[in-house]
Amino acid sequence: MTRSDTGEHTTAISPQIRLANEIAVQFPHLPPEEAAEAIAKHIRQFWDPRMKAELLRRMDAESTALDPKALAAARLLRDQAPTSAGR
Amino acid sequence: MGLLKEPDLGTPAKPGLATVTVEVDGMPVQVPEGTSIMRAAALSGTEIPKLCATDSLDAFGSCRLCLVEIDGRKGTPASCTTPVAEGMKVRTQTPRLEKLRQGVMELYISDHPLDCLTCSANGDCELQDMSGVVGLRQVRYGYEGDNHLDLEKDTSNPYFDFDPSKCIVCSRCVRACGEVQGTFALTISGRGFESKVSPSANDLFMDSECVSCGACVQACPTATLQEKSVVDLGMPNRTVLTTCAYCGVGCSFKAELRGDELVRMVPYKDGGANEGHSCVKGRFAFGYATHPDRQLKPMVRERITDPWREVDWETAINHVAERMKDIQARHGVGAIGGITSSRCTNEEVYVVQKMVRAAFGNNNVDTCARVCHSPTGYGLKQTFGTSAGTQDFKSVAQSDVIMVIGANPTDGHPVFASRMKRRLREGARLIVVDPRRIDLVRSPHIKADHHLQLAPGTNVAVVNAMAHVVVTEGLVDMSFVDSRCEDFDAWAEFIARPENSPEAVAEITGVPAADLRAAARLYATGGNAAIYYGLGVTEHSQGSTMVMGMANLAMATGNIGREGVGVNPLRGQNNVQGSCDMGSFPHELPGYRHVSDDAVREVFETLWERPIVPEPGLRIPNMFDAAVDGSFRGLFVQGEDIAQSDPNTQHVTAALEAMELVVVQDLFLNETAKFAHVFLPGTSFLEKDGTFTNAERRINRVRPVMAPKTGMHEWQIVCEIARAMGYPMSYPHPREIMAEIAATTPTFAGVSFDKLDKLGSVQWPCNDSAPEGTPTMHVDAFVRGKGRFVQTPFVPTRERSTRKYPLILTTGRILSQYNVGAQTRRTANVAWHKEDVLEIHPHDAEVRGIGDGDEVTLASRVGTTSLRAVLSDRMPVGVVYTTFHHPVTGANVVTTENSDWATNCPEYKVTAVQVGLRHSGSAAEQESEEEPALVD
Ligand code: SF4
Ligand code: SF4
Ligand code: SF4
Ligand code: FES
Repeated sequence: MTRSDTGEHTTAISPQIRLANEIAVQFPHLPPEEAAEAIAKHIRQFWDPRMKAELLRRMDAESTALDPKALAAARLLRDQAPTSAGR
Repeated sequence: MGLLKEPDLGTPAKPGLATVTVEVDGMPVQVPEGTSIMRAAALSGTEIPKLCATDSLDAFGSCRLCLVEIDGRKGTPASCTTPVAEGMKVRTQTPRLEKLRQGVMELYISDHPLDCLTCSANGDCELQDMSGVVGLRQVRYGYEGDNHLDLEKDTSNPYFDFDPSKCIVCSRCVRACGEVQGTFALTISGRGFESKVSPSANDLFMDSECVSCGACVQACPTATLQEKSVVDLGMPNRTVLTTCAYCGVGCSFKAELRGDELVRMVPYKDGGANEGHSCVKGRFAFGYATHPDRQLKPMVRERITDPWREVDWETAINHVAERMKDIQARHGVGAIGGITSSRCTNEEVYVVQKMVRAAFGNNNVDTCARVCHSPTGYGLKQTFGTSAGTQDFKSVAQSDVIMVIGANPTDGHPVFASRMKRRLREGARLIVVDPRRIDLVRSPHIKADHHLQLAPGTNVAVVNAMAHVVVTEGLVDMSFVDSRCEDFDAWAEFIARPENSPEAVAEITGVPAADLRAAARLYATGGNAAIYYGLGVTEHSQGSTMVMGMANLAMATGNIGREGVGVNPLRGQNNVQGSCDMGSFPHELPGYRHVSDDAVREVFETLWERPIVPEPGLRIPNMFDAAVDGSFRGLFVQGEDIAQSDPNTQHVTAALEAMELVVVQDLFLNETAKFAHVFLPGTSFLEKDGTFTNAERRINRVRPVMAPKTGMHEWQIVCEIARAMGYPMSYPHPREIMAEIAATTPTFAGVSFDKLDKLGSVQWPCNDSAPEGTPTMHVDAFVRGKGRFVQTPFVPTRERSTRKYPLILTTGRILSQYNVGAQTRRTANVAWHKEDVLEIHPHDAEVRGIGDGDEVTLASRVGTTSLRAVLSDRMPVGVVYTTFHHPVTGANVVTTENSDWATNCPEYKVTAVQVGLRHSGSAAEQESEEEPALVD
């Protein structure tokens, strides 16, 4: 269950979306493309394949929940490794 | 070995080369300038009688037993307070001296109980020894006159007694408390015959400022201050050298035994980290190791609601192996994993990550450092190239400015704090960056020059503003930056932006701009400046960013690469450094090398004869998420109480409940064991054989004082599980595990048990170019070549106070307890900390109708707990504080899933909460009804 800051119940955000957003907000100082590249690099270095797969699986359906920079990063990840990210 | 008695040279060593030659009783000896005659004599092999002198304390010159004659000088000066001079000829034994010394002893003995034969210190009493040495044969004064023989004993301290009738007023205890410990709890009151030692204001020890470090007990030459365990069990007769298993200071100890019974722990003078000092935990709180609560037999159960069934080792091990294999067969190779513990040895940790990587066949291994210092790993690696503190502890003695950020060393790292306080008393300047007014801000003879009392969660804004001052006021050490660093220009442009100025951030941080500017100038221009930091830095949503921010600041001011400077994490548990070094992270093999590095994988693949997955595995919070979604079903937990220590307890327990197999290896049936299907009893540090690595990268030996009470070493159990899963893994002895670490990990290449036994300890990197280890890192070049400036924009945490949760909770630890308290709660240390309390500012308390000592509820958006309130103005208005040592409090019931963006280290230090009187029908109370707290 996830709740918003106000304590109200919200629709559950998957952990992968939440984590990707948390990374994305850390790059306000970079131009969008560079930020997306930095976020994608971070995810590549530190995420278990099943988490990457889950992010790629959800990115289209839940794109509104994703920070635009995180979405751009997810696109980069998908383009670079379309299939190998399985569990 | 028998009982190890370390030589006492009478006065401390002086620095410098031995350039002064003197003759003691005809024996020439060379010593550094300023050395006392007493020490020179001891070095030449002559022990001059002494009572008030000991080499851990500055000479005092009160007992007059150490008199000598010097050719060409009149009188009989005290050898402890008289420094040597070139060509000096000293005589230590003459009829005149003998007579004088006998006279001194006679006076002492005439006011001392003559129960030597039944005294607890019999055989370990310097008064007794000295009367023999000076040849005392008669005491002419009789015992009828005034004396101190019926003064009352103070037995209030749980670990030692104070029997003033035996006191000779040598003041060694008073000086130890001041000089060594830095607490100044003891005084000598009165003069002459009336003078006596007492804890401040004639209190009992327990009611005084005393923190029970035991330095006075160790310094006392008589039985006046004596460990209760010695009174009860008698004098020890053999010694085992080992290392404290509590905190990241890593103090070396002489475990002193009588037969097989541990009588006392005495800090070891040759210990690199502690040099003969300790705190209450290491010296006294070892009783948990033999506590009856310890579970000594393996146990198994089908469901977590079933009762436990004791089984033999073989059954337990096969059960684990079969279930793990079965889960993998049904749910995939990645459905199981392990968590290593920072309280275990390097060797024990290494075999767990090897089991995960080679026998489980995945990288799902993480360590409890995830929840404390993982941002240190990330941040220092990005900037400096490796994950470790830059200095040894001794280095602080060369610091001119000490900046303590988000750490409370007097409670968390007491022995290092004593070193730091000594340097501060000598005049080093102090900057404290902490929302809470920690003791260091103002303590005897110490006052912080600046206390930047920032709002929790604004560290990065503060460190950026400091760097802004350095860059915009022209305080950058350009020659260091130019020759040693890269990416400076872009960083300098970023940091000089107006939004990073002290004035711009003052409103968010709560730190007045003028204070911040002054602190920044002091750090940049005050000489050698050193940063020491703790979990108040790492346990934030920007923990990693902050670590990089501090590294930037140190590089910009050239405060890296020599003694007295640096960026130093104060590690929590004893082996946090080691467990990280040993490849416990899911993305790194031993030595902090990424699993995607083909060359590194090949080293291990060749040796282990198994392929290693080139992609990272799950981190602890990811494991919980994956358990809830069903893709992760089997977990081996080595000595960590994740159900108590990890944030957002409800989520953790939901994850644990969802798993098919939870295996817990621990001393006690902890909170996590409530969710376990297999319990594998672990060993205490008194049974372990291996190494711990402390916060200064110092690898210390842990030697067994007794055989494993469980019948098996923890590393053996892990090897057996791997073997039962089809991967043969065995070692004759932990020394072979270290040999494998050395063979595979370049920074450990020169480490072996033999070397450690010979040198005592070494600090990694230890290899061909540094065969005896590396006290200071990044001296000529950074580990990554050039130090890298990383831009660190401040991004506020998502966790903010709201109307419903208007206060910010932050957490910490206290001196007498250790983490989740599983050990310390099972010792007499509970005398100092019976329960976790909530510190709340009187203003915040008043508006809620809360009084000191009231039972209150503490609620966040994820849960509610209750505890007792203590009114305190150490916290600013709007911030409350608690510790997390007791499971009943369940402080983590309220902490959230927020975490450091880079490492997922939980944001323990910032939680929006509401506090209300219990049973008052407050918002917090209603919240607790709709959402029950800890599942018990
Ligand atoms: S208590 Fe011990 S150390 Fe302190 S003054 Fe008395 S004899 Fe000396
Ligand atoms: S135990 Fe430590 S703090 Fe207490 S009086 Fe002795 S030296 Fe001081
Ligand atoms: S707990 Fe830490 S400071 Fe205290 S004795 Fe042990 S290692 Fe030293
Ligand atoms: S030992 Fe020198 S005066 Fe006491």
